[in-house]
Amino acid sequence: MSEKWNIILKVLRQKQGETSHFDEYKMDADPDEYVLDVVERVWAFKDRTVCFRHACHHSTCGACGMRVNDAEKLTCITYIREVTRDGGTLKVEPLRNFPVVSDLVVDMGSLYRRLEAVGARSVLPAPEAEIEKPPSRWSSDDEQYIRLADCIECGLCISACPAAATSSDYLGPAVLAGAQANGLKLNPELLNMVDSEDGVWRCHSAFECTAVCPSFVDPARRIMDLRTQIFKERVGGLFRKA
Amino acid sequence: MSKPNVVIVGAGFTGTATAHDLALRGFDVTVIERGDICNGTSGRTHGLLHSGGRYAVKDQESAIECIDENMILRKIVPQVIEPNGGLFIAIDEGDLQYGETFIAGCEACHIPLEELTPKEALKLEPNINPNVLTAFLIPDGTFDPLRLALSFAASAKANGAKFKTYTEAKSLLMDGKGTVVGVKALERTSNQTVELRADMVVNATGAWAGEIAEMAGASVPVKPTPGVMVVYDQRFVQRAINRLNAPGDGDIVLPQRRMVVVGTTSFEIDNLDYVPVIEEQVQLMLERGAELVPGIRNAKVRGKYTATRPLIGAGEGRSAARTFKCYDHKETDNVDGLVTITGGKATTLRAMAEKTADVVCEKLGVHAACATKDTPLLSYRQYYNMPN
Repeated sequence: MSEKWNIILKVLRQKQGETSHFDEYKMDADPDEYVLDVVERVWAFKDRTVCFRHACHHSTCGACGMRVNDAEKLTCITYIREVTRDGGTLKVEPLRNFPVVSDLVVDMGSLYRRLEAVGARSVLPAPEAEIEKPPSRWSSDDEQYIRLADCIECGLCISACPAAATSSDYLGPAVLAGAQANGLKLNPELLNMVDSEDGVWRCHSAFECTAVCPSFVDPARRIMDLRTQIFKERVGGLFRKA
Repeated sequence: MSKPNVVIVGAGFTGTATAHDLALRGFDVTVIERGDICNGTSGRTHGLLHSGGRYAVKDQESAIECIDENMILRKIVPQVIEPNGGLFIAIDEGDLQYGETFIAGCEACHIPLEELTPKEALKLEPNINPNVLTAFLIPDGTFDPLRLALSFAASAKANGAKFKTYTEAKSLLMDGKGTVVGVKALERTSNQTVELRADMVVNATGAWAGEIAEMAGASVPVKPTPGVMVVYDQRFVQRAINRLNAPGDGDIVLPQRRMVVVGTTSFEIDNLDYVPVIEEQVQLMLERGAELVPGIRNAKVRGKYTATRPLIGAGEGRSAARTFKCYDHKETDNVDGLVTITGGKATTLRAMAEKTADVVCEKLGVHAACATKDTPLLSYRQYYNMPN
C-alpha cells in the first residue's frame, strides 16, 4: 500500500427474518483502492457472515452495485478517495427498489425478467454501440464486429430512480434503454409495452439514472428518444391507416 | 430407481458447467457456493476466449483443448461472446524468431492462422504499435465471465439443478468406511447449518480445491497462482492483441465493452481469500501493454484486480501446463465418493465438465452420453428467472 487511511466501514446487515442494523468495522484502506476491496477484506479477515455480490472486479459484470454513503456506486471501480477521507466513514447499503436477500445482496430477478421481455440485446454490431468518444483511429471494417452491449445490468439506475420507488411495476431505466436500442419501428408489441403507464410515461425526467450509470448507457436520453419514437409510430400509424 | 444425486461444491466455471452436464444426463444436482456465482477466480478472468495460440508451442495439449472448445462455445453461447478474433504481433527480433515455431505449433494443433503484413495488420487494428514487424490473425475472442457461467447455470436450472448460493462447505460428511456421503454447509443468509447427502460430491473449487479435498483427508496437487489485471478506459482494439512470443507478463490486451484489459503476471501467495494488487505489477502492465497498444500510456486506469489460477501441471508458474485434470480420490487417496476437477482455463470449462461427468457416471454405474457440445445454452438472465 502506498498510503494508508483509517476508516470506519458501516455495513447494513440483514439476515432472513431479522430486522436490519449497521455493523461497524475499523479498516485500513489505501485511498487508491476500491470500495469493493475493503468490503472483501471484511469478509476475508473480520466477519465471514457478511454477504455481498461480486464477480469481475472491473466493471463488466454489474454484480457489485451498492449504495455507498447514500449514492449508487459500482463498488469495484469506486476509489476510496472519491467517497471518504482519512478518519472518515464509509456507509454501504444494498441497492433500493429490489428485495433484500441478505446484507448487501438484493434479488434483481425483476430487472432480468423485464430485460428479457423487451428483448434487450447482450451483444450487438459494434457500430450500434454509439461510442461518443471513439479512439482517435477506427479500424476500416468496423461493421463486421460484434461487441457486448454497454449495459452491464447492474441495477444502479433502478435503485436511484424516484419513479421506480413509487411503482414496483415500472419497467425502469435499464429496461427502457434496452427497448430503445432495439427501436420501436415494426415492433408493435414492444411499442405497446413501453407506451404504457408503467413504461416511458412513468418517468419524471429526474435523470438520476444517467447520473449513476457506470457504463455510459445514458438511459434518460434513451427514454426521451423512446417518447419521440412513440409519437412518430402513433402519428405515422394514423396516416398509414388513412 | 430414483435419480443419482450429486452435490457440487463451487459455482465458478467448472461447477456451473458440470451442473449443466450432469443435469442433462439425468442426475439430481445441487450446487453449493459460499458466495454468489463466479465470485472467485472465474469472475475475475480477463475474458480471453483462447484460440490456443498462446499454448501452441510449449503446451499443445492445452492448445488443442482451447481451439476445440473455442469453436463449441461460439456455437452454444454466442450471447456472451465478442467473436472478433485476435492478433499475435511481433515488435522485436526475438518475436520475429518465435514466429517460425508459432506457425509450426498452430499447424500441429489445427489452429487456423493467417499471416498479415504490418500494413494489413495496422489497417485492421490502427491502434496497435505502428512498429509491428509481422502479425498473425487467429480465432481468439473475448467473453463476459459472469454471463458465461450464468448461461451454464441457467441451463442446468432448466433441467432441474438447484443452486444454493451463499452456502459455505464447512466439512464433508463421511461414513464409517472413509467414504464421502455429503456436505455440511453454513447457509450464510440465515446462519443455519445444513447437511446435504449425496451419492457423489464433486469438488469444483478451482484454486481452493486443496482446502476442500483436505476435509476428507485427500489431497490435490493444485498450485494457486495469482496474476494482476489492469483495465483502461478506452476500447483501442476490436481483437485480442497478443505478443508473438512465449507466454510472459502483460502480453495480452483485450477489448471489453468500452475498455481494454491488460494481463497478467504470475506469483505465489499464502492467503487465497484475499489477494492484494501489487503496485509494481500495475506499472509493469502499463509498460508491457503500451508496447502492444501505445495509447494505453495516455489512458486512464478504470480498474485493477487479481485472479488466482489453479495450476496443476508439472513446472512452476509460466512453464506449468494449462491443461485440466479430474481426480477420483478413490484412486489417489483411497477416499470414495469424492472427485475433484481443477486446473484448466475458462475456455475449456465445457470439456472439464464433460470429463468430470464421465468420471461420475463411471463411478455410479450410470450410462449416459455427454450432450453439451450440441446443446445451445439459455440466456444468462434466465438464471435469475427460475426458482430454485
